[in-house]
Amino acid sequence: MSVADRINRAARRLPAWPIYLIGAALPVWLFWQGTTGGLGIDPVKAIEQRLGLWALKLIVAGLCITPLRRFAGVNLIRYRRAIGLVAFFYVVLHFLTWLVLDMGLLWSQALGDIAKRPYVTVGMVGLLALMPLALTSNDWSVRRLGALRWRLLHRLTYLAAIAGAVHFLWLVKAWPVEPFLYLGAVLGLLALRAIPRRGRTAA
Amino acid sequence: MRRFRPDLTWSDVTPKAAFLNRRQLIAGAAALGFAGPAAAKLSYAPSSYSTDAEPNTFEQITRYNNFYEFGTGKDEPMAYAGQLTTDPWAVKIDGLVEKPGDYDLADLLKGVALEERIYRFRCVEAWSMVVPWIGFELSEILERVGVQPGAKYVAFETLVRPEEMPGQNYPILDWPYREGLRLDEAMNPLTILATGLYGEEMPKQNGAPIRLVVPWKYGFKSIKSIVRISLTEAQPPCTWNMLQPREYGFYSNVNPEVDHPRWSQATERRIGGGLFAGRELTLMFNGYGDEVASLYAGQDLTKDF
Ligand code: HEM
Repeated sequence: MSVADRINRAARRLPAWPIYLIGAALPVWLFWQGTTGGLGIDPVKAIEQRLGLWALKLIVAGLCITPLRRFAGVNLIRYRRAIGLVAFFYVVLHFLTWLVLDMGLLWSQALGDIAKRPYVTVGMVGLLALMPLALTSNDWSVRRLGALRWRLLHRLTYLAAIAGAVHFLWLVKAWPVEPFLYLGAVLGLLALRAIPRRGRTAA
Repeated sequence: MRRFRPDLTWSDVTPKAAFLNRRQLIAGAAALGFAGPAAAKLSYAPSSYSTDAEPNTFEQITRYNNFYEFGTGKDEPMAYAGQLTTDPWAVKIDGLVEKPGDYDLADLLKGVALEERIYRFRCVEAWSMVVPWIGFELSEILERVGVQPGAKYVAFETLVRPEEMPGQNYPILDWPYREGLRLDEAMNPLTILATGLYGEEMPKQNGAPIRLVVPWKYGFKSIKSIVRISLTEAQPPCTWNMLQPREYGFYSNVNPEVDHPRWSQATERRIGGGLFAGRELTLMFNGYGDEVASLYAGQDLTKDF
């Protein structure tokens, strides 16, 4: 049995709900750490950055599902919705951390930053792009929209992923490598989707 | 008393909570007459330039640093600066001075009057601390080496030693780190060279053995681990300004009205306030306007930012 087959067999037995459970538990644990001194000298930044990074990692993970099936024969599609929804949940928490803990609910400065600071603007684009996706990540919406329209709508993921990665690159000082790696991963995963499928016409 | 073994420093032996009250502890220990060498390394006088704001803890000041020579993470300087050799240490003083030379640090420090200067510290990233520096006025040294009449600026350089400064193995910044001041800024009594904090020698992650502190400017102007001081006629190149001139000006005075292009400078987060402390208003010249505003009379600070 190939590795792909083995993974597929295991995936059939493993349900998706632990992803929601762990996804919900991690921020609780993060916040708990923040109140008890476990996140270092500046827990506000630590929570904000950790949530942003987790969200971006999950978005990248979500983008891996389709190419894995197409190029490696590994089918993890049943986890995709959970990964996407947890990613959205983290982006929302990341945004709330910024608004409440970092900005201290200074509304005028927060609005000013959304309008004037490119990295915040781009982050908001990512958050807004994910919203219709989160709202339609349920069976009822898939049925209502029909598979084709649903798939088209969910291409907004690409916009959110690019926005998230550009946001990261735009907020750092100097040029550390990490944001480039994420942007590279996102662009690479999108490029894979542009490779034309073989054999359609020949068959 | 195990705590006062002379080969240990406070940071080795003081439990976390005790850092909170270090100054009281030191005072108390001295009063009881058992202050060992580790407890009172530097002797210094208080200064009327000190703020009466409560200083951040030793732990906060030494574990939350921007010192890219040791990595870009705030905790990397604490993790990697230990390997830096700070003794022997020489400072080259050159350019438009009467007595240029390579000065041994000990000679440079001979006869200077150490003071404790409790200053507000405002980072360009919009966070702030209060730090009890130990140091002396930069003007003391400049007067000793003799500034030639043509000199208009003072340039500073940080050590380059990639073997001990792992961040320098990467071209994150154009090493050596460089900074500069206009001569009148350098001669201002608020401008100090600091050799310690919290009463003891400068921790390596904070810029040992000698660093600049200019409290009315963003923190990156206060260059660390200085090996060269040059008096120049032309405005010297400065690292962050070279990297992104639109974002980091030569002056880089703390100014709530001039935003960094990527974030607002109107407010700041005081480190140590916990999760829900929120933000404080940033003060013009970081609150040192009485002492320094006159230096910039007639200048448009939105252009000379
Ligand atoms: C798709 C949406 C988003 C993603 C994937 C994302 C991701 C990230 C990542 C990866 C970081 C860097 C973490 C690190 O330094 O380790 C970050 C930082 C940050 N993000 Fe987001 N973000 C998103 C949306 C937003 C939004 C909507 C806001 C606010 C309106 C925001 C505000 C911030 C702030 C303030 C920081 C920290 C900057 C600093 O280090 O000082 N982000 N984000």
